[in-house]
Amino acid sequence: MNVFELTALVGAISVVAGFLGALTGLGGGVVITPAMALLLGIDLHYAMGATLISVIATSSGAAAAYVREGFSNIRIGMFLEIATTVGAVCGAHAAARVSPSGLGVVFGAVLLHAAWTSTRGHPPPRPGEPDDSLAARLRLNGTYPTPQGPRPYQVSGVKSGFSLMFLAGAVSGLLGIGSGALKVIAMDRAMRIPFKVSTTTSNFMIGVTAAASAGVYLNRGYIDPGLTMPVVLGVLAGSMLGARLLPGAPTRTLRWLFAAVVGVLAVEMVYKGVTGRL
Amino acid sequence: MLTDQQMDMIIGRLLQFGVALSALVVMAGGVWYLVQYGATPPGYHIFRGEPEYLRHVRGIVSGVRGFHCRRMIQLGLLLLIATPVARVAFSVAAFTLQKDRTYVAITLLVLAILLVSLTGIGV
Repeated sequence: MNVFELTALVGAISVVAGFLGALTGLGGGVVITPAMALLLGIDLHYAMGATLISVIATSSGAAAAYVREGFSNIRIGMFLEIATTVGAVCGAHAAARVSPSGLGVVFGAVLLHAAWTSTRGHPPPRPGEPDDSLAARLRLNGTYPTPQGPRPYQVSGVKSGFSLMFLAGAVSGLLGIGSGALKVIAMDRAMRIPFKVSTTTSNFMIGVTAAASAGVYLNRGYIDPGLTMPVVLGVLAGSMLGARLLPGAPTRTLRWLFAAVVGVLAVEMVYKGVTGRL
Repeated sequence: MLTDQQMDMIIGRLLQFGVALSALVVMAGGVWYLVQYGATPPGYHIFRGEPEYLRHVRGIVSGVRGFHCRRMIQLGLLLLIATPVARVAFSVAAFTLQKDRTYVAITLLVLAILLVSLTGIGV
């Protein structure tokens, strides 16, 4: 295989991942690294570097559309980014110290979690929690648009959400992924932020989190221009196509398809990690 | 006075512009790269790490001498990494206009973390 053929293959994988990621709203980054490592035998560090950069591209591209809809909450995002960026830098430094086998096993676990969450739909809205004085002081409470006009919401569990965000950032830096699923859990479950606000704000935060680890990855030589080029361009093309086809797409079927792909990759990553073949 | 909604709109445009610009640079560098190296064998099976000049902001940007395709792609990728950083920097200015001291401090802290990571100080 020469460079041209490898670029075409990596580009094709990235287009499909970006396409599925946009249609399912789960972000395709998580499948590109294992696909490159397992199918093409690319070293895990190069694969992680390329994927991390593509995560910035999709997050920034999609955020532009989300902020116009008025769902994302910039104060929540900014405040929690303190936790995610510090976590990301720590995780990115740890990535150099963990063996490829160790990374493979952790990656597999994160993939299994992603597969599990992707088959479950939106959680039902819960009644509001008691007010969190910290949320009020940080002006985190906001409103989101509904057909009946703007609807206010209260944020609670700020401290536990902040801690979970550190963890999400660390996973993002360690594996070179966006870890959007973990961010949504922190906001949706711990802080009781409405689901739509959680997902869009999470997407907004992914780019900043990934930029924090990108510096470390760049300095350590994980980011290869020749390999990252088809990943970034492929994911961007795929996600733009996906966003265009989103209305009327069979989202439920696609979520199951995505979960199946992610599940298979997870088992492979853990198996190859444990047997030391990564 | 800048409202939160106006701030969101400007940030959205900023992000779109950053992504589009970097995609163009990466694409141009990518075509150049494939023309030059398309027929050579790739070497990604074993991790060796990138050469020193492709690992640091200064090395990538100051590539006037010996500007070539791999450096051009890396420059485009650097633009992409800079996009969310620019977004945070813009938020610092916007919160300053809103006279929201708490959030000026919060965004400055995030900006500092990003810049320290990107310049590799303390690594």
